[in-house]
Amino acid sequence: MKRWLIAAVIAVLAAPWALLAWQRHLPDATPPSTAPVDLKRGAYLAAIGNCAGCHTARGGERLAGGRAIPTPFGTVFSPNLTPDATGLGGWSADDFWRALHLGQSRDGRLLVPAHPVTNTTLVTREDADALHAWLQAQPPVSAPHREHQLRGLYGSQLAIAAWRALYFRPGAYQPDPAHDSGWNRGAYLSQGLAHCSACHAGRDALGGDRGAADFRGGLLAGIGWVAPSLLDPLEAGVQRWSADAVKRLLRDGHGAHGPMAEVVLGSTAALDDADLAAMTAYLRALPEQAVARPEGAEPSPRRRERGASLYRDHCAACHGANGEGRPDASGAPAYPALAGSRTVAQASAANLIRLIERGGFAPATPGHPRPYGMPPFAGVLAADDLAALASHLREGFGHHAGEVDTVEVLRLRAAASAR
Amino acid sequence: MLGGSPPPETLKPLIDYPTGGGTLRAMPSLLRTALATGLLTLTGAAHAAEPVPVPDTLAQRALACTGCHGKEGRAAPDGYYPRLAGKPAGYLYNQLLNFRDGRRDYGLMSELIAPLSDAYLKELAGHFASLDLPYPPPQPPTLAAPELARAEALVRNGEPARKLPACIACHGERLTGSQPAVPGLLGLSRDYLNGQLGAWRSGQRRAQAPDCMEKIARALTDAEINAVTQFLAGQPLPADPHPAAALATPAPMRCGVLP
Repeated sequence: MKRWLIAAVIAVLAAPWALLAWQRHLPDATPPSTAPVDLKRGAYLAAIGNCAGCHTARGGERLAGGRAIPTPFGTVFSPNLTPDATGLGGWSADDFWRALHLGQSRDGRLLVPAHPVTNTTLVTREDADALHAWLQAQPPVSAPHREHQLRGLYGSQLAIAAWRALYFRPGAYQPDPAHDSGWNRGAYLSQGLAHCSACHAGRDALGGDRGAADFRGGLLAGIGWVAPSLLDPLEAGVQRWSADAVKRLLRDGHGAHGPMAEVVLGSTAALDDADLAAMTAYLRALPEQAVARPEGAEPSPRRRERGASLYRDHCAACHGANGEGRPDASGAPAYPALAGSRTVAQASAANLIRLIERGGFAPATPGHPRPYGMPPFAGVLAADDLAALASHLREGFGHHAGEVDTVEVLRLRAAASAR
Repeated sequence: MLGGSPPPETLKPLIDYPTGGGTLRAMPSLLRTALATGLLTLTGAAHAAEPVPVPDTLAQRALACTGCHGKEGRAAPDGYYPRLAGKPAGYLYNQLLNFRDGRRDYGLMSELIAPLSDAYLKELAGHFASLDLPYPPPQPPTLAAPELARAEALVRNGEPARKLPACIACHGERLTGSQPAVPGLLGLSRDYLNGQLGAWRSGQRRAQAPDCMEKIARALTDAEINAVTQFLAGQPLPADPHPAAALATPAPMRCGVLP
């Protein structure tokens, strides 16, 4: 009996050590790539991966890190990727491969899961080596790493090891023989380097997802935007869109706003024709799966009437009296139709309210260089007016998306200002 | 759109869209009715076929800005969102970059323009710079005359003993700014001017390095800032309100925004 007790105590004490040892010593025998160094290829891959998006502070030196990334567990600061002693200076291709494939720094420490290791593990060794060569060829910038500000033990190596034990397995993209090479290329890019699921996954309370092809969508806690589901055609699924429409979104940024505008600018606008077609084919072929639609606020005719009147005063001039939108000279939407708009009628009202409050432009891309924009209404509409207007939009124009009450607006506003 | 009765003036929305209503209201009423009827028929017919494209102009694109900065960028009535119309294009462009890249800190502004390119921001800056519009009346100062005289002396002569340059050395003899990148100081509210000098002191507003305005704002006392902004906001615009073509004399300090 006594021996059993001692064994149990040892097991409990050893478990954390074993967990950490396991995660820090994941086996990997991937040989380095034999392909010749191709800096152009590396630059292209870095663009698709939008490395600079997270690894550049606003107004800071490109790739020198320091961007604050709000998460539900605190704020993390991206590290410096330039070949300086404070960054990736002296990192070998093997070191870099381990960071992408196993989520480990050169010293063996586990990277925080804000680094989308679930996705980067799928990047091939050849692509990782091309990225490494290109990064090492960038101008070095001295930018010491800023410590993450994670609450409690969230930032500890043990917590990260536990998270990884639950949600991460190193892997390689396995082509699906049921699909053609274009689809497979699109899947490799979308699940891997382009890390769509970093935002579009449906995350649980621990920030875990169901893998690199989890596109169920969810609230990006910390920045107050919803990344809608790519599986539901009523959210952001493009299964029923033409291939051209998907390309206009990914390449030219038509209809992209907030974080997706950033993704278009930093990543998808750079896709070459073949990869754009591949990603488009993959996204259009995703299985359809409806998201749960929560009950809206208690219906209130008075609130909707107020909303209709606000719509006439503030919105109709651009979006049309019946929400039909207005085209630009080329026939593309200058001001999008709100009748039938998914942003208006998707399950969460977060993005709609965010856009009304803070306005926005589609990204200025080579294919759409001078987008029309929407002014912020934060100083014009109080929270109850916003709720009224959003309710009118979500229940008018043939929508039945549920009303929004003032509390919901205030809650979303708090989520958005937490950044 | 044109057919709806205009909203009562008291409920006029802050955001004023050029739906044509403004022009119509300024016309003699008979002509207005005739034109409105004609246009209504036209737009009605066009609407049934296909929606009317929005004008392919910068003014139309700038509506995202004038929601806060007032009709045509003349400044919002609250005085907090400053006038854009007629400021030097280089100044406006620099501010857009400063907001986008984090040297100035105002979330709404930074988020709004985050996805826009340098080229497009330059075009928008050029649009507002090209507008030649009347200015609002000055804000009567509430300070006593001696304090205002002291403020005016600071504005016109600076204080060499404290290495404080005169405002007019860069902002122009007429205080209407200098091309290409120094803004005018007139036609702005006290609150706005105080806000900016305060932001420079706290580091919330920065300019291209070396940031001379930061040094100046930090060297001024609270009382001096108050007096100077009282004086500036109280000045009417001169007959020629445009920015000077260039600095009249060599710049008194090294400054990132000066050529």
